[in-house]
Amino acid sequence: MTRRQRRLTLIGTAAIILSLAAALALSALRDSIVFFVTPSELAAKPIESGSRFRLGGLVEQGSIAKDGLTIRFRVTDGGANLPVSYHGLLPDLFREGQGVVAEGKLDGAGVFVADTVLAKHDERYMPREVADALKKQGHWQGEHKAGAAK
Amino acid sequence: MIAELAHYALVLAFVLAVLQAILPLWGARKNDLTLMGVAEPLAVASFGFIALSFAGLMACFVRSDFSVLAVYSNSHSLQPLLYKITGVWGNHEGSMVLWVFVLGLFSALVAVFGRNLPARLRANVLGVEALIAAVFLLFILTTSNPFLRIDPAPAEGQQLNPILQDIGLAIHPPLLYLGYVGFSITFAFAAAALIEGRVDAAWARWVRPWILLAWVFLTLGIAMGSYWAYYELGWGGYWFWDPVENASLMPWLAGTALLHSAIVMEKREALKVWTLLLAILTFSLSLLGTFLVRSGVLTSVHSFANDPSRGIFILVILVVFIGGSLALFAVRAPALKQGGLFAPISREGALVVNNLLLTATAATVFTGTLYPLVLEALTGEKISVGAPFFDRTAGPLLLCLLLVMPAGPLLAWKRGDLRGVAERLTFAAGIAAVVAAVTLWLAKGGPILAAAGLFCAIYAIIGALIEFSERLQLFRASASVSLSRARGLPRSAFGTLLAHIGVGVSLLGIVAEAGWSQEKVVALKPGDQISIASFDLSFEGLQQREGKNWRDQVGRFEVRRGGVPVATLEPSKRAYVVSNQPTTEAGIKTFGLGQLYISLGEPMPGGAISARIYWKPLVILIWLGGVVMALGGALSLSDRRLRVGAPKPARRAAMAPAE
Repeated sequence: MTRRQRRLTLIGTAAIILSLAAALALSALRDSIVFFVTPSELAAKPIESGSRFRLGGLVEQGSIAKDGLTIRFRVTDGGANLPVSYHGLLPDLFREGQGVVAEGKLDGAGVFVADTVLAKHDERYMPREVADALKKQGHWQGEHKAGAAK
Repeated sequence: MIAELAHYALVLAFVLAVLQAILPLWGARKNDLTLMGVAEPLAVASFGFIALSFAGLMACFVRSDFSVLAVYSNSHSLQPLLYKITGVWGNHEGSMVLWVFVLGLFSALVAVFGRNLPARLRANVLGVEALIAAVFLLFILTTSNPFLRIDPAPAEGQQLNPILQDIGLAIHPPLLYLGYVGFSITFAFAAAALIEGRVDAAWARWVRPWILLAWVFLTLGIAMGSYWAYYELGWGGYWFWDPVENASLMPWLAGTALLHSAIVMEKREALKVWTLLLAILTFSLSLLGTFLVRSGVLTSVHSFANDPSRGIFILVILVVFIGGSLALFAVRAPALKQGGLFAPISREGALVVNNLLLTATAATVFTGTLYPLVLEALTGEKISVGAPFFDRTAGPLLLCLLLVMPAGPLLAWKRGDLRGVAERLTFAAGIAAVVAAVTLWLAKGGPILAAAGLFCAIYAIIGALIEFSERLQLFRASASVSLSRARGLPRSAFGTLLAHIGVGVSLLGIVAEAGWSQEKVVALKPGDQISIASFDLSFEGLQQREGKNWRDQVGRFEVRRGGVPVATLEPSKRAYVVSNQPTTEAGIKTFGLGQLYISLGEPMPGGAISARIYWKPLVILIWLGGVVMALGGALSLSDRRLRVGAPKPARRAAMAPAE
């Protein structure tokens, strides 16, 4: 094998592997990313039922209703709210008036059916998207300022 | 007083690091042996002061000195001693001190064990290492001072985040830091080689023990972190493709590639420029990880520190070091003597494919981790890139890597015998196919992807064993010949075998967990029965239990198998006295290599409780594989030919490179 052929083999192999990686990444980016939406954004620009997204905001006061392992609550960002239903175990820090991020789809009746619910990670910390959304709506209380200054 | 002394020690360490960064580099340039010689004592002294400062901070935590802000925010007098100590690095400021402590440690290790290095190389390596240390010490002193006082001192602290009050915090961050800060040494070696404009097989030989050392710790750190997340978070998952996890995975992927390319460089004097680039990239990814975790740009389980002003400082460090080293690379690399090209069908050829696949995987993880941040910065749109993305990109690439892996050691250097290798691997593939088919039959079916993964895992393990038995002439020569051949083999050969088997073992666990786990989410009243896999569980009810700084609601589960009681599981909901923040403590029991895992939800009206119950077959193999890989690395490291302090071989013949 000549030097030239060896070089071509090397470049060829590299090109094949890198284009495989690029193809995988591009196709996965098209199909498997999930958008983050707040209730106000959803009200302004509706999303069709059946497509996945992440919903973020606060669990509205007094909106939690439990029935066995099924739970219903409303997520609000101060501007608009959306009913959510979830079947399963809730995270430790899921509470009324606290930040929450839920992932799932809208059903035909306009209820957000979540398959994953994330709450904030500790007493002082709020999911960043939720904090941003609240600031946008002018409902930011600076609730976790002590935590941020930490 | 202790806090002030410790603060002062940190300032001294900074001054010494600045000197260590300037004098030896200048000495190496001027060929002044005296100036170069100050590097070692400075490195040791600087590390000494960092260690003093670290010890001082630890003393503040142990004594519960709440007049120190970091102690007040992250400790409590009722906290058990262990968590008072681990609380030192359970927060931003303290974890940065741990970071520079590890950096200083490696610097001192090079000073002490690097006596066999040529004076100029050693001076340059220590100089570059000190430059990193100086910048991070400055970062701590100006933006993250852990010794700030509050006046008047509060009577009681706010306690460490309950999720972090776990033995995992004692082990995981130190191991992880030893790993990814350890790669700073290989970065310094690469920068030193570029500054000198000279790099050869001997360089690869000197740098390899450091790569191995860092890699072993990083491997253990990642495995440990994964197990910690698994039992502590209560979701039964062991890897979430969380940006903070990816931040440690990226240097691991690049470091693994580096580990292999350095072998080619040492043995065949090829891939020199590429190896230098990889060394720079690996530590750059470590720095990127530090930035992601420490700057608070992420929303993640691990970001217990968030302050954007620090982020900008780290971003500047990131840009200066990565940009600087890449610029140095761009200027100097073309002038380096190129290594030879080699035949594609050879061990070095296989190692190139290994490198391509590993770096391509690192690149896809990089894309998935940073894409959401970049997109948000540019368009304001918020997206999340989660497990589905990484499963579809890193997954196939790593499976390809596994298919190539056994071929590498089977191929000879320079010119390999593709046919012979293909025959042997067909044999391995045959066995793997049979095992996969039998497993599918025994398990009464399962996902096709899991079967494919199972095939790859067994093929990788058998492939590694075949290569090894060839070297011993097992089954072909008499047992005594095989035994004496085994004695003659270098330890690094056993290291390769173990590390490659470890990869297969981990994959086996991952595949079994993904394909054959069972999960039940239920609401249970006392006396209720439930079955999962071959187990029958009965819920006995809830009990109260008190710990030093927490109160538990324990759910008791009696477990029977075939009517025989085999275990009692006691998962609990834990409320910490100080903050009343609840955590979930999973109940886990190991049966063989599988685990029964129960985590409790909230109590419901009527004495009932919700619970998640999992049976995860072979799940332990996931972490055991990591430990086996690390053992392999440690075994290679102990190889006489690679021993850090080994004298420089005088004769060319003694230079036979380790594998």
